[in-house]
Amino acid sequence: MANSSPQIGGCGSGICCGKGKETFKAGVWVTNPIAIQILGICSALAVTTTLMNSLVMSIALTFVCVGSNLFVSLLRDVTPRRVRMIAEVAIIATFVIVFDLLLKAFYFEMSEQLGPYVGLIITNCIVMGRAEAFALQNPPVVSMLDGFANGLGYTIVLCAVGFFRELLGAGQLFGYTIMETTSKGGWYPQNVVMILAPGAFITLGFLIALYNALSGANDSEGETTP
Amino acid sequence: MSDVSPWVILIASIFTSNILLTNFLGMCSFLACSRQVGTAIGLGTAVIFVMVCTTAINWCIYTHVLLPLGIEHLWFIVAIAVIAAFVQFVEMFVERFSPRLYHALGIFLPLITVNCAILGASLLMITRHYNFLQSTAFGFGGGLGWMLAIVLIAGLRQKMTYSDVPKPFKGVAIVMIITGIMAMIFMGFAGMAKI
Repeated sequence: MANSSPQIGGCGSGICCGKGKETFKAGVWVTNPIAIQILGICSALAVTTTLMNSLVMSIALTFVCVGSNLFVSLLRDVTPRRVRMIAEVAIIATFVIVFDLLLKAFYFEMSEQLGPYVGLIITNCIVMGRAEAFALQNPPVVSMLDGFANGLGYTIVLCAVGFFRELLGAGQLFGYTIMETTSKGGWYPQNVVMILAPGAFITLGFLIALYNALSGANDSEGETTP
Repeated sequence: MSDVSPWVILIASIFTSNILLTNFLGMCSFLACSRQVGTAIGLGTAVIFVMVCTTAINWCIYTHVLLPLGIEHLWFIVAIAVIAAFVQFVEMFVERFSPRLYHALGIFLPLITVNCAILGASLLMITRHYNFLQSTAFGFGGGLGWMLAIVLIAGLRQKMTYSDVPKPFKGVAIVMIITGIMAMIFMGFAGMAKI
C-alpha cells in the first residue's frame, strides 16, 4: 500500500505534471481500491443487490472522492499537520451531505434503498485513503484525476458484483428480466442466496480471486499470509 | 418498529441481524485484524465499549440538540465528530489511568474512528427510530455481534494457515468466502428474534 501513489514531486510538463496517465492506471487497475487495497468493502457488499444501486453508489463515491481530493489538495499548504485528519473528515462529510441531500431531493426512492450507506461514505477508507496518501502531496488537478480514477476502479468492481448478484439472484439486470424465474413460470430457478448477505461475500471473494489470477498479484510474493 | 423490547433488539443484533454479517459494517478492520484470536478479542472489546457509548451520546445529541433546532441534515458530520472526539478522549483517559489497558487496546483505538460499524450503528438507530434504551441495547448487541464474528473468523484463519489454498484465492479472497459461509450459518438464526 505504501507504493499506491506514484512518486511525489518531480513535476513534468502539462496540467497533470506529466503523471496523469500512470495516476489513472494506478487507480483503475494496478492498485484497484477494492481488489488490491481491500478498502471500502462495506458498501461494496451492502448496496450491490441490484446493478442500479451499485451504479448510484459508485457515482456517489466518485463524486465525493473527486470533490474531497480537490479541496484537500487546495488546502494542503494551509492545513496544519496535526489537525489534517479532522479537516479531511470535515471536507468529506460536507460532500457526503451534499450528495445525500441531492439524492433525497431528486431520487427519494433510491435514497431509501441505499439507507445509511450513503452516510457511511464518510468512513469509506477509499476516500480517506486517497485524501491522505495522494491529495495531501499533489496539486489539485492531478488529485482530482486520482479521485476520479479510484472512483472508476471502485465502480468497475461494484458493478461487477452487482451484475452477478442481480442476474443470478433475481434473473434481472437494471430491473429488466433477463432470465424468467421459475416463480413466474420461467425456466430459471432463482438463487435467492445471491441477493442475501452470504452471496455478497462469496461473489466478491471469487471476483478478487479472478482479479488475482488475471493480474498475477499473488504470484510474485510466493507465500502470502492467508 | 419502535415498541420492540430492548432485550429483543440485543439478541437480534447479535445473531439475526449481525452488524458485520448482514449489514457488512466494519469490514475493513475486520479483514485487517482477524489474523490472530488475541488481536480480534482486543479489537472486539474496544468496539463494544466505543459503540455503546457513542450510540448513547449520539442519540442524546440527535434528539435533544439537532431535532429541536431543525438541523438534522448536519447529522452525519455531528455523528462522526462525536465519534472521533470520544475515541480521542478515551485514548487519553486510558493512557493516563490504566497504562496496561492502554497497551492492550491502544493500537486499536485510532482504528475505531474509521470503523464504519461505529458510525453505522449510530446512523441505523436513527433510521430505525429507536428510543434511548433501544439504541443502547442496539449498540451493545451490535458490538458483541461484531466481536463474535471477528473472533470466529480469526479462529478459522489461524487454522487455515495449515491448509493448501489455491493461489488466486490466497489472502482476502478466501476470507471473503469463509465469511460468506459464516453468514449463511448465521442465517439459521433467522426467525429467532426480529427487528
